Amino acid sequence: MRAYFLSRLAQTAVVVFLSLTAVFAMVRLGGDPVLLFMPMDIQAKDVDEYRERLGFNDPLVVQYGRFVGAALRGDFGESLRYRSDALGLVLERLPATLLLASSAVLLTLLVAVPLGVACAVRRNRLVDHVGTAATVLGQAVPGFWLGLMLIYLFAVQLRWLPTGGMGGLAHLVMPSIVLAAFFSARIARLTRSAMLDALGEDYVLTARAKGLGEGRVISKHTLRNSAIPIVTLAGLEIGQLLGGAVITETIFAWPGLGRLTVQALLNRDFPVVLAAVFVTSVTYTLINLAVDLLYGWLDPRVRLRA
Amino acid sequence: MSLTAIVGVGLTLAVVVAAAAASWIAPSDPLRADFARSLQPPGSPGHPLGTDQLGRDLLARVLHGARLALFIGACTVLVTAAVGGILGLVAGFVERWPAAVLMRIADVQLSFPFILLAMTINAIVGLGLRNIILSLSAAGWVVYARVVRGEVLSVKERDYVQAAAALGVGRPRLLLRHVLPNVAPSIIVVASLQFSQFIVAEAAISFLGFGVQPPTPAWGSMLAESRDFLYVAWWLAAFPGAALALTALGVNLLGDWLRDTLDPKLRV
Repeated sequence: MRAYFLSRLAQTAVVVFLSLTAVFAMVRLGGDPVLLFMPMDIQAKDVDEYRERLGFNDPLVVQYGRFVGAALRGDFGESLRYRSDALGLVLERLPATLLLASSAVLLTLLVAVPLGVACAVRRNRLVDHVGTAATVLGQAVPGFWLGLMLIYLFAVQLRWLPTGGMGGLAHLVMPSIVLAAFFSARIARLTRSAMLDALGEDYVLTARAKGLGEGRVISKHTLRNSAIPIVTLAGLEIGQLLGGAVITETIFAWPGLGRLTVQALLNRDFPVVLAAVFVTSVTYTLINLAVDLLYGWLDPRVRLRA
Repeated sequence: MSLTAIVGVGLTLAVVVAAAAASWIAPSDPLRADFARSLQPPGSPGHPLGTDQLGRDLLARVLHGARLALFIGACTVLVTAAVGGILGLVAGFVERWPAAVLMRIADVQLSFPFILLAMTINAIVGLGLRNIILSLSAAGWVVYARVVRGEVLSVKERDYVQAAAALGVGRPRLLLRHVLPNVAPSIIVVASLQFSQFIVAEAAISFLGFGVQPPTPAWGSMLAESRDFLYVAWWLAAFPGAALALTALGVNLLGDWLRDTLDPKLRV
């Protein structure tokens, strides 16, 4: 267990290191770094001064070493727009994104898993057809369009919910639905097929043969055994969930990490972009580690090995 | 053919025809502004879907948007299938350390949100049609490389490949004549499933302002512009988005059908 943990931490470090290197390389390959780091309206003589001051005249290897060294200390430099510590800005926004993501995951668990179970148990009946149609539609409708339509309906026409921003529970409703929509469709589809696989197993037959009620057969024997593929997919999709948060946060003016990243990219605020990439990849790998640990709890046969 | 497959093929064909015939079906030029008749609701004379804030015909813009979306989707799928396919073939066949390194890179890339990666590349290399195809391809090749490598690893152990190798068939010929044809169905299935993902991703990136720029009629940038007029002109948000959703639905259903017929075990 300890060896497993250590090897996973090492893997996390490698992933984070490689993504930072990739973004560093992209920023450097994308043209004169000074111009990328500077506001658009800067004077030519200031450019030369900044180039010297920011150390862009040094060899690339030296610059890279300096970047990695600073990044290890959590120092990504100062935001060009807000004139404050880039990593601090990003970390300040992280809780809002985690709140949005976890309410979307909660919504998915409450809606998609029961829907998938219902479709599997009532296979080829009305519930199954309606549920399957809903998941197929859910996968096709783009989140940002769904968001616009919800705003039009619930904020513009009915005036039930605020159009955006962060505040009370009402502010959380539409962003969570939009973020959960695509995710739920995938999870519901997978729950259905995993449940159908499990329902055909011998232990389900045994459980029924010994006279267990159908409710217990479904909840204890079938759903628990279908949990592994569901959790695996959920873990893999967390990255896409964080990506979806970028769009959702922009539509609903939600002050999270995704919206900050979009603004930083639009403003060419690269210290913030680098810090955001760092935090995103750390968050993602930590969530995946948590998912792996969950396996052992869901299925005691799983032994975590390095 | 099931009902869903028929719906998928029908929708996809409809979008392809609409895109191909956009210039003939459209009531007017998608770029021609007419300020006297801006923000006309759907059903106005000469403008079946209404007009936008500059008085441009919405139907014309949606139809030409289909052309752009299909073009970007097709280009991206071709590039990623070629690049990812070749890398996956070689990585599965060679199994030396460069292959292992390549697959680790693929793992790392997969651990990063697709949209965020493509958007970051666009912000750095610049905006525009060519660059969005480039950034989507750079973010999307991984899926092919993984799927194809996995297939190659299993195909090359089959008896007919081993037999051909024992007969002295050279490695390039072995790869092209014996392994590739058996991996091709997976490449086709992944391509169809990725196609709608690329179209939606392009729209999302254009929506956020990093992709195709106005006044070019792209569904994503049309939706972005529509946000300012949501209170007065719902149709500007409704129709381009519906076109995007129907296209994605059609291609998804088509992809599901292709998977069920060609390669039922494949998980993407």
